[in-house]
Amino acid sequence: MIGTNSIREIQAALRNKTISVEEIVRDCFRRLHTADPKVNAFISHDESRSIEEAREWDRRIARGDALGPLCGVPMAVKDNHCTKFGTTTCGSRILASYQSPYDAFVVERLHGAGAIIVGKTNLDEFAMGSSTENSAFFPTRNPWNAQRVAGGSSGGSAAAVAADIVVASLGSDTGGSIRYPASHCGVVGLKPTYGRVSRYGLVAFGSSLDQIGPFARTVEDAAKVLTVIAGHDPRDATSLSNPVPDFQQSLNRPLRGLRIGMSDEYFGEGLDPQVRSCVMSAIQELQKAGAKTVSIHLPHMKYAIAAYYLVATAEASSNLARFDGVHYGHRTSKPLTMEELYSKSRGEGFGSEVKRRIMLGTYALSSGYYDAYYLKAMKVRTLIRRDFDAAFEHVDLIASPVSPTTAFNLGEKSQDPLAMYLSDIYTVSINLAGIAAISIPCGFDGMGLPIGLQLIAPALGEETMLGAAHQYQILTDFHQRHAPLSAA
Amino acid sequence: MSDQLQELTLEAVRSVAHLARLQLDDAEIVRYSQQLSRILHYVDQLNELDTQDVPPMAHAVATHNVFREDVIVDPLSTEQALRNAPQRGGDYFQVPKVLDLEDA
Repeated sequence: MIGTNSIREIQAALRNKTISVEEIVRDCFRRLHTADPKVNAFISHDESRSIEEAREWDRRIARGDALGPLCGVPMAVKDNHCTKFGTTTCGSRILASYQSPYDAFVVERLHGAGAIIVGKTNLDEFAMGSSTENSAFFPTRNPWNAQRVAGGSSGGSAAAVAADIVVASLGSDTGGSIRYPASHCGVVGLKPTYGRVSRYGLVAFGSSLDQIGPFARTVEDAAKVLTVIAGHDPRDATSLSNPVPDFQQSLNRPLRGLRIGMSDEYFGEGLDPQVRSCVMSAIQELQKAGAKTVSIHLPHMKYAIAAYYLVATAEASSNLARFDGVHYGHRTSKPLTMEELYSKSRGEGFGSEVKRRIMLGTYALSSGYYDAYYLKAMKVRTLIRRDFDAAFEHVDLIASPVSPTTAFNLGEKSQDPLAMYLSDIYTVSINLAGIAAISIPCGFDGMGLPIGLQLIAPALGEETMLGAAHQYQILTDFHQRHAPLSAA
Repeated sequence: MSDQLQELTLEAVRSVAHLARLQLDDAEIVRYSQQLSRILHYVDQLNELDTQDVPPMAHAVATHNVFREDVIVDPLSTEQALRNAPQRGGDYFQVPKVLDLEDA
């Protein structure tokens, strides 16, 4: 079945004319109709638009046009990416019927490269959460076990790949929202360096932390998607103008001589012994292939969650001020005053986690508390960044777990916001520092739930990271197993 | 432990909700008072660190002004801009009356 094939195989089949883009897309929707009722990865999908786009590419191929780098690849994007087609809901009631007048930069790039975006995936409302249970519509289920969460906030994009519905997808990562669900769903998830990928058209959560990145079954496919979406965009003033390499070319970098940092801070209290053991085995595998481990110290990592939840919520409280019931989104019925229009529309439209974060962020920024909370958190952010800078003087990459545990049960943490926040303990410091990291499948626990290895790279160090991750996948087969709820 | 908790009182929660223009019901105010108090207690651990001489980091990359040529580009049309308006009056977004004319 073509849908479980790699981008390279799809492109070879198109080049040999053994399949058409239309057949690929029809096959994708057959899998979607089989698997999605069980996993709820999608908020919306559009078969007729997708088939029209597929036919257009088939006509171009028949004309002899060159294939785009993602031609015919069925993909999905998280529903906080603006698309001119369909709705962009952010998993929120407040945007339930919002139709964007423009496409996000990454959506333009995917279209230009020939990918077919078959639908938009579920997320925690406004990307705030670690389980996709905060979606206003429904939770996404883990393809490896329907009673377990898919992780979040990009749970739909991770599950859509893990269930073999699409070949690759995009998510956004503000504190771990790509890597965490990738780890829980047993797929590859990559958070690029801050600024690598334009945020134009990504509905903002924490603007100094947000970054878009790919999910795929293999590192090779993730590298291909990253090559397409990375690059400078004048419409995002924080997007980097550094040249974008063809990340495909970095996959064959040898592991020999690579220095991999290991920090006790990532293997301390709270780490599930099975997760520890799989991550340790993965590091040994890299050692056997010639990498060497170096002990490093990240003394401020234990403060990362506290700093993150102040910085991220402060930025969110400001970004979400735009939802006012006036320009777009939900509006309360018959407001008497402007004040009532704002506060009732927002009170009715936002879910409880979003309100909690707006409250926390507003408090942290409010007069009399700004220095104690927001300013303090920004200073601790400097210390966290310096820890990484010091570590990367001695190592090329850092290896760690992605999540302290495998996927938890639906409902298990939804009444305890602080417990949910602590899930992000191994991921948030990377966003605070603005560096890159990837989650790759490295084993399963006794319940058959996937475990992820995190490789962390310095800013713009994606090539080294992708090389090591790809070499690891050559040595292992965890990424080739299919989830019980997979359509494959 | 609980007596050390930095309490976010119901009154403080109401005041923050007003700043954020968020209408909350009484049950939400009680719940957020408890939950936010716990979260604030957790973040108080940042005070263990002496940050006197540490500069704040607002962004991961050095930020500087980004300029572009002052040229006219195609803006969103009025129709596009108003397409998602929950309530429109002609070519405008419609809102409740802001000025009380009797006071004017």
